[in-house]
Amino acid sequence: MIVSIAIKPELVCPAGTPASLRMAVDFGADAVYCGFQDATNARNFPGLNFTFAELKSSVLYARKKSVKVLLALNTFPPAGKFALWKNAVDHAVMLGVDALIIADIGVAHYARVRYPDIRLHLSVQASASSPEAIKYYCEEFDVKRVVLPRILTIPEIKALKREIPCEVECFIFGNHGLMAEGRCGLTNYATGLSTNMDGVCSPAQHVAYEEGRNRETTTKLNGFAIDCFSCSENPGYPTICKGRYYAAHKPEGYYAFEEPISLNLAELLPDLVKAGVDAFKIEGRQRSKAYVQKVVSSWRRAIDQAMAGESIDIPDLLSLTEGHKQTQGAYESKRWR
Amino acid sequence: MKACLTLGPILFHWSAEKKRDFYFRIADEAPVGTVYLGEVVCSKRSPFFESYYDEVADRLVSAGKTVVFSTLAEIMISKERKMTAGICELEGYEIEANDSSALYFLRGRPYRVGQYFNVYNEETMAFLQEKGASHITLPTELPQSALSILGRNASAMNISLEAQVYGRIGLALSARCYHARAHGRIKDNCQFVCEEDPDGLPLKTINGLDFLAVNGVQTLSHSCLNLIHEIKEMKAMGIDFFRLSPQDCDMVKVAECFEDVLSERIGVKEAYNRLSHISNNYSFCNGFYHSVEGYRWVPYG
Repeated sequence: MIVSIAIKPELVCPAGTPASLRMAVDFGADAVYCGFQDATNARNFPGLNFTFAELKSSVLYARKKSVKVLLALNTFPPAGKFALWKNAVDHAVMLGVDALIIADIGVAHYARVRYPDIRLHLSVQASASSPEAIKYYCEEFDVKRVVLPRILTIPEIKALKREIPCEVECFIFGNHGLMAEGRCGLTNYATGLSTNMDGVCSPAQHVAYEEGRNRETTTKLNGFAIDCFSCSENPGYPTICKGRYYAAHKPEGYYAFEEPISLNLAELLPDLVKAGVDAFKIEGRQRSKAYVQKVVSSWRRAIDQAMAGESIDIPDLLSLTEGHKQTQGAYESKRWR
Repeated sequence: MKACLTLGPILFHWSAEKKRDFYFRIADEAPVGTVYLGEVVCSKRSPFFESYYDEVADRLVSAGKTVVFSTLAEIMISKERKMTAGICELEGYEIEANDSSALYFLRGRPYRVGQYFNVYNEETMAFLQEKGASHITLPTELPQSALSILGRNASAMNISLEAQVYGRIGLALSARCYHARAHGRIKDNCQFVCEEDPDGLPLKTINGLDFLAVNGVQTLSHSCLNLIHEIKEMKAMGIDFFRLSPQDCDMVKVAECFEDVLSERIGVKEAYNRLSHISNNYSFCNGFYHSVEGYRWVPYG
């Protein structure tokens, strides 16, 4: 697996807390991404994310080790609440983050007009999956990097990269969302909390694990059963797009969208480098410090090996994946669709 | 401004003849002012109806309807890029953009923004207006509080606003075709199995609750949105266009029902009862508007 390319892709790592951020910085991240403790980012979970003061000290910590801090401001402010997002942009810029990851047109416009020098990345939540869709944001808001939706094959990414004037960031590991990000109202339909406006997907306060007569566990989201597991299985977190449902011709139930499974592109790493991907992103701001340490160090080594033209030790991360199953998703082949 | 009903694009894969006859009847009988044509869900379906667009559009225009062409909501492959570029070059019709690539192609001409492009706030609306947007259909998950602020701002910006008031709600889009998956196939070899479900393929949870409906790459609500009780309040907020999203039921009667309420010929109670009869036994929902779970039905008054 020889890869000859001059530019080394950035390893972009999740930081749900200041402790995770330090872990990611210490174990080999080139950049970390994080969010504030409110609806301005798409991982608005209790106990997660940064206060302004925490972000300030975290930026200083990262900067000392030449690691960039990217701030996710990637939700869609509903009319009447825009001030919260403005305030978040103002603070992020003041605290010296290296880039804002934005999705909403209004937020992008505000950031661009108010802070002409701030670097903008287009979040996966903007769901820009074609060259023109991406060029729109590049030309209107001078976006410097796009985080690609997890729906493209590697040849498609390679072709796309040639047609756009900005960097490309791809997810390589972690939770594997099935629906186009930024366009999913499933959680709001079932729970009354919105992924786009509140920054939550399957919020924990609506999740229940119920044990039945045969010691099977039914996982529920606000009363809707999402899946059922025998006593020997590890019940997965109830996410609507990973659930089991009945259809008229599927009376035994089936995973209508996808099984509980995680994305792991370790084997495709050299191909992604060759396709010109500028940054590799690891999902998981909601995961533990231990997860961050293990995942970041494994991917650091894998990327360094790929860049040195050495054979890659495929990171053994199966135990960290959802349902302990992994996929290459859409990246591998159109057959996934 | 007078309230106006619109007919959204057909989301489902109906046969070309069925679509043509549907639109002819809409042209002749339905009290809707605007009809959106075009395939927004799956590019593979679109060739079937291509040869009918001219006669359907002519018939609708002759009947006094405004015809708007809607673009695909999700664009990945080159065929879809070309399709979108082609629609955006159409002359003589307004175009409704459902993703940012359509916005890219439409720069320099007036355009509409569809419900699959996220316009959640007044800042986004102002930006798009400055770039040529004249009419915006708002996302279905916006609550009353946000709709009323957008309504107020739209009048000042000279933008007309539209909101869906009837039909299953588009909740998600994916690269994967779930109709093909339900039949053990993949998207490239789907054999258009989605045609078997003219209202979508219903999914129940394993505890027996009606939940969702699959429509190719789109996931819809199982319940049918019905804002018959809210429509007059929405009008008062500054929303002037009300979208009926086609279901496989008598959409002419659905339109008459909403029109009768807007023109105060019947009360909402009677309209609700009539809609219940017309609507294939769908359960109704209006939760998003009332800031609760989208699937819920919040009773009137």
